[in-house]
Amino acid sequence: MLSIRNIVKQYAGHRALDDVSLEVESGKIFGLLGPNGAGKTSLIRIINQITAPDSGEVYFKGEKLNQSHIERIGYLPEERGLYKKMEIGEQMIYLARLKGLTRADATAKLKFWFDKLGMESWWHKKIEELSKGMQQKAQFVATVLHQPDLIILDEPFSGFDPVNAELIKEEILELNRNGATILFSTHRMESVEELCDAIALIHKSHKILDGRVKHIRNSYKNETYLVEYTGNKLVFDGTQPFTIVTEMEGEDESHIIKLKLNSSNSANDVLQYLLPKTRINMLQEVIPSMNEIFIEKVNLIA
Amino acid sequence: MKKVLLIIQREYVTRVRKKAFIIMLLAVPLLLAGMTALIAYVAKDSQVMSKPQVVKVIDESHLFEGKLKNAKNIQFVPANEPLDKAKAGLKENEDLSVLLIPKDYATRQVQFLSKKKPSYTLTNEVENQMNEIALTNTMLANHIDTALLNQAKKSRVNVNAMEVTEAGTKDADVGTSMGVGIACAILIYMSLFIYGAQVMRGVIEEKTSRIIEVIISSVKPFQLMLGKIIGVGLVGLTQFTAWIVLSVIATKIIGNNNAGGIMGALQTLQNIPFGYVLGCFLFYFITGYLLYSALFAAVGSAVDSETETQQFMFPITMPLLFTYLLSVTVLYRAPDSPLAVWLSMIPLTAPVAMMVRIPFGGVPGWQLGLSMFSMVIGFLFTTYVAARIYRVGVLMYGKKASFKELSKWFFYKE
Repeated sequence: MLSIRNIVKQYAGHRALDDVSLEVESGKIFGLLGPNGAGKTSLIRIINQITAPDSGEVYFKGEKLNQSHIERIGYLPEERGLYKKMEIGEQMIYLARLKGLTRADATAKLKFWFDKLGMESWWHKKIEELSKGMQQKAQFVATVLHQPDLIILDEPFSGFDPVNAELIKEEILELNRNGATILFSTHRMESVEELCDAIALIHKSHKILDGRVKHIRNSYKNETYLVEYTGNKLVFDGTQPFTIVTEMEGEDESHIIKLKLNSSNSANDVLQYLLPKTRINMLQEVIPSMNEIFIEKVNLIA
Repeated sequence: MKKVLLIIQREYVTRVRKKAFIIMLLAVPLLLAGMTALIAYVAKDSQVMSKPQVVKVIDESHLFEGKLKNAKNIQFVPANEPLDKAKAGLKENEDLSVLLIPKDYATRQVQFLSKKKPSYTLTNEVENQMNEIALTNTMLANHIDTALLNQAKKSRVNVNAMEVTEAGTKDADVGTSMGVGIACAILIYMSLFIYGAQVMRGVIEEKTSRIIEVIISSVKPFQLMLGKIIGVGLVGLTQFTAWIVLSVIATKIIGNNNAGGIMGALQTLQNIPFGYVLGCFLFYFITGYLLYSALFAAVGSAVDSETETQQFMFPITMPLLFTYLLSVTVLYRAPDSPLAVWLSMIPLTAPVAMMVRIPFGGVPGWQLGLSMFSMVIGFLFTTYVAARIYRVGVLMYGKKASFKELSKWFFYKE
């Protein structure tokens, strides 16, 4: 769907993007991660043709990015905003027509969305008469009204209360199921694990990590397990097939240990060693969360 | 192109629909009509008395007897009663007054008595007639032929300014030309300011409401800027057209009811080549507006709020203000002076300076052509420069822009 190749973007004082390449697969949800000021917005603006890269290329469905693609992309900027004094219905239709829809087509689609999100009574309201959350909802509709193939959302959940954030999340998933590719930037890691098929991590203008979320998390497994057992506290003498990372007291005389396998051992060896000694409640492999990976990678470079 | 049209449409419609626009549209011609009516009414009222006035004349000198002529609504009657009785009668009748002429009227004051302060027209009439009579009396006393004198009085000199052109001599109505010239200068100066500032405010509004990023993900910044400039410009043209049409209608209606001074003023306007002036006005309004509004748009893009515009506004408005002040003080008196000619060639000052010169009619074709050519080059140039600043500026927030910063933006690649 989207292929970003060796993008460099230089601003007066600093380099916002340095040789960044990405592949966004069609029909997937792609997360663009990175701390503030990493260059996410610069990259998004290049994809939207708001700015042009100094070098490098972007391909959209195999074609080099050009003006005709603008109508196939929907963009929700991080800084939200609409014309304050214009009526919502009129404004949405105007924005959709700028994306190439006819007036009739835009009106019909807008009716559908207003109906769906319970916004029917807003049509003749001005933006300044709406609450912040309502404005956000209206802007989301404006982003997807022209049925774009690629939807770019910059921090889509910021500014929504939990109820509306959930609603918007459901809408994003539904749009994705209906074939739209979603690219969104965020630093809310829990939404990444929940939504994204693949991610790229950008830090200090460089891409430092990318791939499918499952693969990334698996690749950051480091043979660490959690074991919970009940009974007397075990004393380890060094002959066990693992090393202890931490030990904790659980409830009801249970104990939790975090352990790391010694090389060439497996989880089975751990169970074999422990089974005769105590009663095991649980053994679980520790898979690092995206949050942990994010912090680890960012700190590594900083 | 389709998108630019959409933007023009939005900019135009949202402005034209505003209450303030409609009120302005109607208020100005109404105000003009109202003023015309008021002037006509006042003028009429001061010329003629509303009610017949009777003036009782007590002439102790006997020199004015029978010589005071009745005027419209003024009737002179000899008072066949003593002063005290006549005075008492005044208290009962407002439209009655007493003119008391003492024996030696040349040294003692003539008195005009009435219940209320008499109107200026009335005393003026009395004074004029008495002076005339007194003069004639003095002449007669000194044996001067009054018939000869009356003849001599009629030979008043009128200076008629004539202009020699190829088509022959024609009336050069200098006063009207001056008036129209100054009016044109003021009108073009104000409208460049008003509509330029509207463009700037529109840009700032888009920037502060943050919708700008949504819009320029759909259209190029240049298209947005162009759409806004043209849209606002059309609003200006609509306003002018409506004003002219409504004003003409309004003054026609009022003018018909009480013809006189106003129709006379309109008559002299017809000595001016109306189509030529209007055509030039439209040309200089459009090109001047395009030139300045592009600069205003660039300023709007560079700031985060209207309060920050001051430092950029000053150098932009300087040439305009400078020419405007020169126009209303010096240029209209010397429309063909080297200063006026030069100012009407420089694109930044030409709209105002040239519009002062145009109504005089003496601008050579080559000067007009060169000026118009420089206007077109000028607005193309400022639009190009402004667009390059604008495309960077609209996405810059929280950065205090300076002229150095702006010049950097100009050289940014996309």
